[in-house]
Amino acid sequence: MRTVRLQEIANARTGDKGNRLNLVLVCRNPADFPTVAAQVTAERVAQVFAARKPARVVRYDLPKLAAFNFVLDDVLEGGVNASIGLDGHGKSLSFLVLDIPIEIAADAPRFTRGTQNQSV
Amino acid sequence: MTKVFIGAAAGFAGDRSDAGGPVVNALATQPGQRFLMFETLAERTLALCQLERRQNPQHGFSPALERMLPPVLGHCLTSGIRIVGNFGAANPAAAAHRIVQIAHSLGLRAPRLATIEGDDIAAKLSAADFAAREIGGTSLARSRDIISANLYLGAQPIAQALDQGADIVVTGRVADSALALGPLLHAYRWHADDWNRLAAGTLAGHLLECGAQVTGGYFADPGYKDVPDLAEVGYPIAEVDETGEIVITKPQGTGGVVDRLTVVEQLLYEIHDPSAYLAPDVVLDLTDVEVTEIGKDRVRVSGARGRPAPETLKATVCFDSGLLGEAEISYAGPNASARAQLAAEVVRARLRKRVPHLNVRIDAIGVLSVLGAGHNRSDFGVAQANDVRLRFAAQSADAAQIEMLLDEVEALYCAGPAGGAGFRRRITPRLASASCLIERHYAEPRVTMLGASA
Repeated sequence: MRTVRLQEIANARTGDKGNRLNLVLVCRNPADFPTVAAQVTAERVAQVFAARKPARVVRYDLPKLAAFNFVLDDVLEGGVNASIGLDGHGKSLSFLVLDIPIEIAADAPRFTRGTQNQSV
Repeated sequence: MTKVFIGAAAGFAGDRSDAGGPVVNALATQPGQRFLMFETLAERTLALCQLERRQNPQHGFSPALERMLPPVLGHCLTSGIRIVGNFGAANPAAAAHRIVQIAHSLGLRAPRLATIEGDDIAAKLSAADFAAREIGGTSLARSRDIISANLYLGAQPIAQALDQGADIVVTGRVADSALALGPLLHAYRWHADDWNRLAAGTLAGHLLECGAQVTGGYFADPGYKDVPDLAEVGYPIAEVDETGEIVITKPQGTGGVVDRLTVVEQLLYEIHDPSAYLAPDVVLDLTDVEVTEIGKDRVRVSGARGRPAPETLKATVCFDSGLLGEAEISYAGPNASARAQLAAEVVRARLRKRVPHLNVRIDAIGVLSVLGAGHNRSDFGVAQANDVRLRFAAQSADAAQIEMLLDEVEALYCAGPAGGAGFRRRITPRLASASCLIERHYAEPRVTMLGASA
């Protein structure tokens, strides 16, 4: 096994509704879905956001899309209409999760986006 | 099989005014029914427009239409591409009159316009009624005057307006996805309880409603997620057949990319439970959706399932929440972090005596600001940063307190640590919003035709 950052194998995007954040995680190679499912749990993501004290973190699995949807309650410091911080939408927060270290097989190829349409 | 083509020219009010051109050019080459949608209403935008309408009854629509419509209006009218946009905001009728003026000033034929109203329910319920219907919080119980309260209307009135021959449909608050579902209901006559097709049309709208976010925008991460020619990213087109199968693509010759990864990210964007995405016309279940690359910049999306529409409609209620004050000052060079930290301590000490109850946030931009929740830490001075921009922020209904904060930061110039530079200050009126669930009988959508008769 070797350790890489989640950014090496997955993509992420955040969206907001009020003080609730959703974080989409998509495996660049669908074959990595079980690996990510085992390691990037709701609890693990809650740890990443511990400083913001999420009231609840739920992970929804979408195996047909090789994707996950995390929903984090009360992590946006009030959200875009109430936060006095710079990123009330939480648009930058996907990269906190992409920094999670993840164990992959030692011989796993580095999956690059490369030219379009070779990605599945 | 015939297809309906729906292009998206705007995903928010600040979107590019040249986004629609290539989309319209591509739509013009297609046979059959073609539509161009504009989504320009963020939650607070409508409240800002409502405030403008109070000042002037001819105002209160989204100013985005002034820069987004003129570049494409002529081509749409000559090519039979029909426009659906929520730029009516708080005043769809005024928006429609303005569009007639724009068409006239451009020497175009008079368009047939339809407005959709009935989303504004501010006068129908009391503040206490709204507070009792709030979801996910209790902010309305404490709020002062409500500025706006608008239901998210569904796609049926849009379809009705198109049935009546509108070239351009101007709405206020509707579900963003309804801007695409409405044209599909019109084109295919899907029944109001054909839940799977309504779900597919809602999904098409969801994929289009943020413009370039499905074609490579809000996506690029160099070395990991490279996007060709992001500067000229193409805006999306959905091709939807009668069964509800969707192909997402973009105009040839534009930048960006449409592939499985761009589509899946947007598919789940702002979704909570993927088995139950609540829209006014249907509950969309995404759990069986499949996303398949079928060609260069062509992705098929199929498998949306629907369940009966929710019994209530969502409404966004906006209210005044005071003033946001922000002030910034920079420290650079050796020991900059320590000087920035000293500046923060000076301001905190002075405010403690003068406005002790004001909650002040201090960010060290470049060191500790956007990520994490570390803004109450006081240890950024130990960072070895040599280019630190301090940002002080507070919110209050009391303008004097906000001015006090900004004045104290400004005073750092002469009375703070060495080398304080580049002070800026800004005060922004703040609107807050809350969501409510409202019984359907409060929704009374009205379709009004104006302009040249069909």
